[in-house]
Amino acid sequence: MPVAKEKLLDLYRTMVRIRRFEERVSEEFAAGNIPGSVHVYIGEEAVATGAIAHLRKDDYIMSTHRGHGHLVAKGGKMNLMMAELFAKQTGYCLGKGGSMHIADLDIGMLGAAGIVGSGIPIATGAGLSARIRGTDQVTICFFGDGASNIGRFHEGINMASIWKLPVIFLCENNLWAVSVPTSTSLAIQDIADRGVAYGIPGVVVDGQDVMAVYEAVGEAVTRAKKGEGPTLVEAKTYRYRGHFEGDAGTYRPREEIEKWLARDPINIFREQLTKTQMLTEKQVAEIDKEALEEVAKAVQFAKESPFPKPEETLDNVYA
Amino acid sequence: MREINLREALGEAIAEEMERDPAVFIIGEDVGKMGGLMGEIGGLYDKYGAEKVRDTPLSEAAILGAAIGAAITGLRPIARMRFCDFMGIAWDEVLNQMTKMRYMFGGKIKVPLTMDALSGAGRRSAAQHSQSLEGMFMCIPGLKIVLPSNARDAKGLLKTAIRDDNPVLFLEHKRLMWGGPKSEVPDGEYTVPFGQAEIKREGSDVTVVATAYMVHRALDAAEKLQQEKDISLEIVDPRTIVPFDKETVLNSVKKTGRLVVFTEECATGSFAGQVAAIVADEGFDYLDAPIKRVNAPDTPVPYGIILEDFWMPDENQLIKAINEITS
Repeated sequence: MPVAKEKLLDLYRTMVRIRRFEERVSEEFAAGNIPGSVHVYIGEEAVATGAIAHLRKDDYIMSTHRGHGHLVAKGGKMNLMMAELFAKQTGYCLGKGGSMHIADLDIGMLGAAGIVGSGIPIATGAGLSARIRGTDQVTICFFGDGASNIGRFHEGINMASIWKLPVIFLCENNLWAVSVPTSTSLAIQDIADRGVAYGIPGVVVDGQDVMAVYEAVGEAVTRAKKGEGPTLVEAKTYRYRGHFEGDAGTYRPREEIEKWLARDPINIFREQLTKTQMLTEKQVAEIDKEALEEVAKAVQFAKESPFPKPEETLDNVYA
Repeated sequence: MREINLREALGEAIAEEMERDPAVFIIGEDVGKMGGLMGEIGGLYDKYGAEKVRDTPLSEAAILGAAIGAAITGLRPIARMRFCDFMGIAWDEVLNQMTKMRYMFGGKIKVPLTMDALSGAGRRSAAQHSQSLEGMFMCIPGLKIVLPSNARDAKGLLKTAIRDDNPVLFLEHKRLMWGGPKSEVPDGEYTVPFGQAEIKREGSDVTVVATAYMVHRALDAAEKLQQEKDISLEIVDPRTIVPFDKETVLNSVKKTGRLVVFTEECATGSFAGQVAAIVADEGFDYLDAPIKRVNAPDTPVPYGIILEDFWMPDENQLIKAINEITS
């Protein structure tokens, strides 16, 4: 199905916004302005962008420890994100959560899961909730190759499948669980093959190609909305930086990194769009400039914001 | 007033809350046609169907995970965990998810989730089906914990739990669920608030803080001591250990000058230890004798009658401790 030009430009813009945000996060971390650990999404932008493009504001996503990209794509506010990373009172979580724990229920972001794999059954629950409340909301659950070896992958997907819940399980297979490669942690090539065990489709998609992700997830969303149940989508992708900022990632072979750098998702999409005259050089520059300005404003907001008062530690334990 | 037991109270509370609020639903193993291990929620499956009385696969992590997902998106799940011992299979959901979300997301999320589970020994069920783990759960900020000792409290407290906007663990003692004593319950609607201890027997010589089934053993001991030695026990039942009504306990100790904490837990890391610490810290001047704890030994729960009866704290141990601080 042809995709409207404006939608294509939106996809491109979202990918660039994520990239510029993450580059700045990396810089600010190095400068000592972000006190806690951060895991950036550089290299994986096509996955969040292509998948979340199908969702309405009231649809749900369950994110991961590498979650900034998901949140930007779902409509998260960069200034609140950056302020949270800076541990400021004005941040998404009042400075209590940090990079790994941002939620925004107003836009259906159910939270980043700091414990790998923990989001899978929670996403099943969001799907169950939509079913019981009688809405047509869908949930996309992001997780990585590492999470696919956690017991909750099995429990959560099985439960969603037997009840035919409207959940898309989107595995961002970036080939490495911190320093352990999938070649030593999986006995199969494709995690998507595990869909067979739950009686659901398992689809492998090129995670560097935003349109491929868009198409695959589009089919999964349609299936979910028709009441036919979940789909397991595996996007093959790569994180361009270490597991966390400060991790040099020396355990990864140089040739492998270069091979994936040559398939930069933003470059791939820009070439596709410029080749078909959907995007001009001028627009490329404009989109980039706007993204940089948005990120700069977010950093300024974060820097100018106050820290929480020490005694705020005691708030928000109970509702 | 009607008289019912704790098992019936539990069923009535859940049925009434499902009737009152369409957001309430049940998820767990054997909750459907079986109606719970003792048929305690029998009839609800026929009334509400599989949609809202959800039998699950044997997937404790997914039961609690799904309950969390439902709770944060507008529903009020009751996750039935069968035995509290089984909650180890879903430990991360308790430890890192439901109890952390509100805090780490800056107070912008509510997790109205009730978990109920059987607790306690005395059913010859051995080490994996008999534990009292409230001390371990108590260490997790963000969780509320209910330990009812009779049907009236259980019904009112469970209704409060289901209406609460936080994760609540409701622990029902097996000796109270299987043919336990009956108590009078009001006919109409009522709830029992959290964080309000109840004095189950007034007395003047020794304060005994007891929970769940141990409340009944403490009451038996009180009767015996009154008749045989004219010692008067005041039995305080906290009913919820989080939040804990320390005022009622401190006021009682102020009156009696003596405290025994009588719970069915391994002593190390127990709720009993916490009560003793609070009273030592904030009520030291009231005390005329050392605080005593009467708990279970630090061993797994054994199987057979002789060993398990030795393991469970009983009236004789309580009386012995009281004699030590009153003679």
